[in-house]
Amino acid sequence: MQITVNGEAKDFAEDQVNVSLVLAHQKVESPDMVAVQVNGAFVDKGEFDSRVLQDGDSVEFLYFMGGGAV
Amino acid sequence: MNYSAEQLERYSRHIILQEVGVEGQEKIGAARVLIVGAGGLGSPAALYLAAAGVGTIGIVDGDVVDLSNLQRQIAHYTKDVGREKVLSAEEKMVAINPDVKVQTHRMLLKAANIREVIRDYDFVLDGTDNFPTKFLVNDACVMENIPFSHGGILRFDGQTMTVLPGRSSCYRCTFRQPPPPDAVPTCSQAGVLGAIAGMLGTIQAAETLKYFIGTGELLTDTLLSFNALNMTFRRVPLRRQDSCPLCGSKPTITELVDYEQTACVIK
Ligand SMILES: [Zn+2]
Repeated sequence: MQITVNGEAKDFAEDQVNVSLVLAHQKVESPDMVAVQVNGAFVDKGEFDSRVLQDGDSVEFLYFMGGGAV
Repeated sequence: MNYSAEQLERYSRHIILQEVGVEGQEKIGAARVLIVGAGGLGSPAALYLAAAGVGTIGIVDGDVVDLSNLQRQIAHYTKDVGREKVLSAEEKMVAINPDVKVQTHRMLLKAANIREVIRDYDFVLDGTDNFPTKFLVNDACVMENIPFSHGGILRFDGQTMTVLPGRSSCYRCTFRQPPPPDAVPTCSQAGVLGAIAGMLGTIQAAETLKYFIGTGELLTDTLLSFNALNMTFRRVPLRRQDSCPLCGSKPTITELVDYEQTACVIK
């Protein structure tokens, strides 16, 4: 199935794709480092495994960036 | 406001812009902006906003200048090591433009004091270096209905969004709550390319000026994210989330909280 990940179309061979799998594919080191939206709606970290994606879904994962002053 | 010949010349490159003009420059002159953090983002923002003639600029920071700051915090010079950051920044801002009134706040913003501080300003520019303060700035600005620019940098990356409380999505709509301590490295732990701070801080300064001039489109409901290694910029559309604990339909955050500071010992 095809899922748009951060604006880019990606093909997944797996039958079932959840948010955790997408993050693993994208080499996100830890789910704690990102905030995730599926089709524009916020997905809680606790739902990364249970949130199963459909063909054509759009996933955005946005890194937390805390730097600025020090 | 009646501009002197000298001021007309000083601001001539703004005034000549159709979208700014004398009227826009007067709006900039009447603006009151609070910069939170006189560091990597706050330095370039403070210098450009002072140069632009922002009438009142507040700057908050509780720190003193450290030698390791100078690689990117361009408001501070070698001679300033050991000096209060707010005083060091004020000196440069006033030297660039004596028209500007600088208000220094040498303090750490906390749940107990932030609302009182930001209330005197029309716009807040977040240049903080930690998640507890970033969430605190977001929450306080939403509660006080003060627009602000969020900014964050790390390694070769930067991100920013502009929030108009009640009208556009807030930082919590997307990021919800601070990551667990130590889940995300800070700049002092992971490093940052100094020029990134300039790239992002000046984007935030431009957003601030656009807000007052009232021209163009702000980065509302949009996260601008860039990576300087490939020099790619991406605009991520965001929307207000009904489930947002702060600005959603059933808010659970009704008071400010002080989150625990992430341990950050390596300077
Ligand atoms: Zn929100």
